[in-house]
Amino acid sequence: MAMVSVTNLKKTYGNFTAVDNISFEIEKGEIFGFLGPNGAGKTSTINMIIGLSRPTSGEITVDGIDVKQQTKKAQAIMGIVPDESNLYNEMDGFDNLCFCAALYGMRKEEREPKARQLLEQFRLKDAGKRPFKAYSKGMRRKLTIAAALIHSPQVLFLDEPTTGIDVESSRQIRDMILELKKKGTTIFFTTHYIEEAERICDRIAFIAEGQIVASGTVSQLMESVSHGHAIRFVIDKNAESSVAELKTHFKENEVTTSPDNSLVMVSDQRIPLFPVMEFFHDREIGVYEAREIRPSLEDVFVKLTGIESSVLKKDREKRGC
Amino acid sequence: MKSWIAFWNILKKDVKSYYLKPPNISWGIIFPLSWTLMQLIRSPGGSILELLPGLISMSVLFGTTSMLAVTITFERSGRSFERLLLAPISISIMVLAKIAGTVLFGIFNAFVPVIFASFFIDFSMVNWGLLLFAVLMIATTSALMGLLIAVSAEQVFEAQTFSNFFRFPMLFLCGLFIPISSLPVFLRPLSYCLPLTYGTDILKGAITGTNILSPLLSFGMLPVFEVALFFICRHNINRKWIL
Repeated sequence: MAMVSVTNLKKTYGNFTAVDNISFEIEKGEIFGFLGPNGAGKTSTINMIIGLSRPTSGEITVDGIDVKQQTKKAQAIMGIVPDESNLYNEMDGFDNLCFCAALYGMRKEEREPKARQLLEQFRLKDAGKRPFKAYSKGMRRKLTIAAALIHSPQVLFLDEPTTGIDVESSRQIRDMILELKKKGTTIFFTTHYIEEAERICDRIAFIAEGQIVASGTVSQLMESVSHGHAIRFVIDKNAESSVAELKTHFKENEVTTSPDNSLVMVSDQRIPLFPVMEFFHDREIGVYEAREIRPSLEDVFVKLTGIESSVLKKDREKRGC
Repeated sequence: MKSWIAFWNILKKDVKSYYLKPPNISWGIIFPLSWTLMQLIRSPGGSILELLPGLISMSVLFGTTSMLAVTITFERSGRSFERLLLAPISISIMVLAKIAGTVLFGIFNAFVPVIFASFFIDFSMVNWGLLLFAVLMIATTSALMGLLIAVSAEQVFEAQTFSNFFRFPMLFLCGLFIPISSLPVFLRPLSYCLPLTYGTDILKGAITGTNILSPLLSFGMLPVFEVALFFICRHNINRKWIL
């Protein structure tokens, strides 16, 4: 049974459809990424799953619990990190964590050691007695994640967890997400960062205009747009002078040159390396590098959604990154 | 049990974060004190005992409605209120926890004029049990009205403006300083639709022994207002805050 199951989920606000009939499943212990630009429907989807918003139609279950019917029971096993750090400004880090634990019914003797452990784990021990309003953006984000973990949830929902924070904090958060996965926590994760999704997600869904355009593992997504194989050769002679002869020798392949004096060979089939290397060797052409060219996840995103990656970059800039 | 841990901690957090802050303590003392002094100076020959029910009601009404409306709107604008909506506790427990702190603050407000008046008058006639009950009832209904305002307001200044729409007419309509019998006839039915009328009347009975309404009616009406307001608040939170 899937840990999170979403079936034909739809959300409309008047005439505007924020989420349009989407379905997906997340397996236990999986990191599932939702990638899309601002206004694509990421936060609307998360808000419906966590019970902060009512679906117009569709079904949601978390660990078999119907979220629409038993919202509070489902919320008890969820950890939620909203897109903005929303702890209490006037309270210090330790008290914030203890308060969040108390909301989940944890007794003082359970919540205080857990709060201390999380402060240490997130390297916030020294800031534990400082008010939340005095925290930097990265520290605020880390404490918000710690607050979501205080009751050891089975499923963690992270809405843009690394947006707008420093590189070091982002790295720590990514490491922490991978650590949680090892412990069996299921993670639903939305992001603007293609490279981040590629690095940590087991599966990714591209969302645009409220619809899931594609979903799968990184390699599945890449295969879905990649037709053919390409190898780049970096050589020590003028690449231009070898093109004509290469084309004659390897008629079934397309050969082009790049401005960095490299040759690119493209074929529908996999390209055997040895005959090509032999060709270069016979002509005393030195080969410094031979590398298979694969499309990046960014290329796949652009191709499948029709949204330029610069749109995502602009969204990130708008959010202050 | 788990719900009560959440209830107690929400209450504790609100008291620590809002009600025990110096600006609110000073507001809770200075405001009732100023009104009491003003009334005493305005009518030097008047009986303090007769003024006291109105002063207590007004202190509780102003303290509770503004505090709850403002603190909730403040938490909502900072999105920390979402934490309560996402916690595995029922909306009823959350509402009870939020109003409990305000009710305590209201009771504190109520006793400022009482302590001040104790320097001038003899309280041997006062029925303290009845007075505390009336204060508790007024504080609860006022807190729920504050919550109703908070559900309708998006910003803190809106909450303050809406509060005044409720509060100032109530000062004149609920028999605090002007007897209901002196109001124009067409306004009197409105007076009987407001919970403060019944709370103030119980206070008058407790302090001066002169009720205008039947105590049974007042005792019956206040819980009706409280239950009705509680369910309206719960319904509105469900409808307006879980979109």
